[in-house]
Amino acid sequence: MSDTMRRKGWSWLWLALGTLYFFLPLVATFLFSLKGKKGVLSFIAYAHVFADPQFVQTFTFSLEMAVVTIVAGLALMIPTAIWVHLRLPRARPLIEIFALLPFVIPPIVLVFGLIRMYSRPPFALVTSPVLLVAGYVVLSFPYVFRSVDAGLRAIDLRMLTEAAQSLGSRWGTTLFRVVLPNIRVSLLSAAFLTFSIVVGELTLAVMLAWPAFGPYMALVGRDLAYEPAALAIISFLLTWGALLVMQLLSRGLRGPGTTVGGVH
Amino acid sequence: MTVTGVQVAGAHTARLPLRASLGGWIGLAPFLLFALAFMLLPAGVLLVGAFQDARGGFTLVNLLHLFRPNILHSYLLTIEVSLVTATGGALLGFLLAYAVTLGGLAPGVRNFLVTFSGVASNFAGVPLAFAFIATLGRVGLVTTLMKTLFGISLYDSGFNLYSFWGLSFTYLYFQLPLMVLIITPALDGMRKEWREACENLGASHLQYWRHVALPILMPSLLSSVILLFGNAFGAYATAYALTGGFINLVPIQIGAQIRGDVLHDPNLGYALAMGMVVVMTLSILAYTSLQRRAARFTRT
Repeated sequence: MSDTMRRKGWSWLWLALGTLYFFLPLVATFLFSLKGKKGVLSFIAYAHVFADPQFVQTFTFSLEMAVVTIVAGLALMIPTAIWVHLRLPRARPLIEIFALLPFVIPPIVLVFGLIRMYSRPPFALVTSPVLLVAGYVVLSFPYVFRSVDAGLRAIDLRMLTEAAQSLGSRWGTTLFRVVLPNIRVSLLSAAFLTFSIVVGELTLAVMLAWPAFGPYMALVGRDLAYEPAALAIISFLLTWGALLVMQLLSRGLRGPGTTVGGVH
Repeated sequence: MTVTGVQVAGAHTARLPLRASLGGWIGLAPFLLFALAFMLLPAGVLLVGAFQDARGGFTLVNLLHLFRPNILHSYLLTIEVSLVTATGGALLGFLLAYAVTLGGLAPGVRNFLVTFSGVASNFAGVPLAFAFIATLGRVGLVTTLMKTLFGISLYDSGFNLYSFWGLSFTYLYFQLPLMVLIITPALDGMRKEWREACENLGASHLQYWRHVALPILMPSLLSSVILLFGNAFGAYATAYALTGGFINLVPIQIGAQIRGDVLHDPNLGYALAMGMVVVMTLSILAYTSLQRRAARFTRT
């Protein structure tokens, strides 16, 4: 009995320390962001941020990139994952390795290679947003593949597609009205995760010289004191909101719905 | 329609497997081509460049130049930061995960921690750096609070957020929750019967840990440390935003090289990047093989 009590005591201690470490920076950043006006707490730093036309421009740009990346990534990964499940299970290890490679090639190295390869003819893509989106799609490979794959595992894909086809449905109908609605939770979680990666992303955007939200934040951080804290809070709320929705959604899924790693 | 299909298939039985598999691979072509164009070939360009001299001839000189004091130092520093944050994050993350799985806390606490970790492990880059600057920077809230409340000046007593330890402390913010995420399933796999069997046989707490629990958990623990190591090793955005690029890490060096050939040798830049990929590949290989070993025990 006393043994369990002692163990519980230690558990609470570690939990308290962990909570302190995680919440102290959040609370401190929030309070710091309120100190924009001398002597009083105010939201003036937030007002400055929202009034800055660059904030709106860069954020809109990153939002657009995120949407395009989500659509492109899903368009690439859904057919691939379905194909592997139905037609070519032998190819699974290969696709898994490909989906793991973005962990092996850090973003800074990836963007280095992209710039080298696409800065001269015949593939002069370096000034086109296509290259940025392509890079983001690569960064999101592991997450999108894992989400879609987990979704397909959880349903009986073969039975569903065969049933749909024997009822006379064509491939497009089967895909959009049978398969995708059944894995919508996975698709949503892939989308939210991609969103949280792309919106604040710095490395690719700054190296490819795009006016995105990540480089904008870094710029503000260099010149101002309280606005960066306000930006950090805004970006917390956005990405944390997206990720939280994803975590809650994926809790219903089978298997670990957790996400490992990130783009730092 | 169907009947003809069967007849045709029957007539070509011998050729079918080849055709079927060829057709099978065509379905994967878009993905494979995309990965080739935007992941493998760009990395390949760097790999080739690492073995070329300025005129394009084969050379190993670039690899030799990686051992210049400046570059060697940046590799060592990056490895140090990664090792410190990987072991620190693993240790603290393990204790935290242990507290919520086997520590006798309510299941709600555990769900909260796991959900929170899933979110926090993805939180990094510029906002994370800002948060730590607002907390522990020169005029950060905790820094000023320590001074006014206790009269302790953090920066006079040697602490500096923009240095090695400050950076490591910041990295812990995404390392620790990542550890919680990957070690929780392994801890869930620890069966109550094992501990009970030990207790029935008269083993002490320490003996249980030394001879049963740790050997079972070892592959999971090691593989977690390796994953955390790789996670810190490739990080660019956090370090850049925190130190403004004034810390000699390999990713920062590569960033400076991309912006303006600071090494005055493009091929050396490629070798620098390849060195990173080699370290990352080794760590991921070690991770997957250890995970496979760990999987024997984590089946529930």
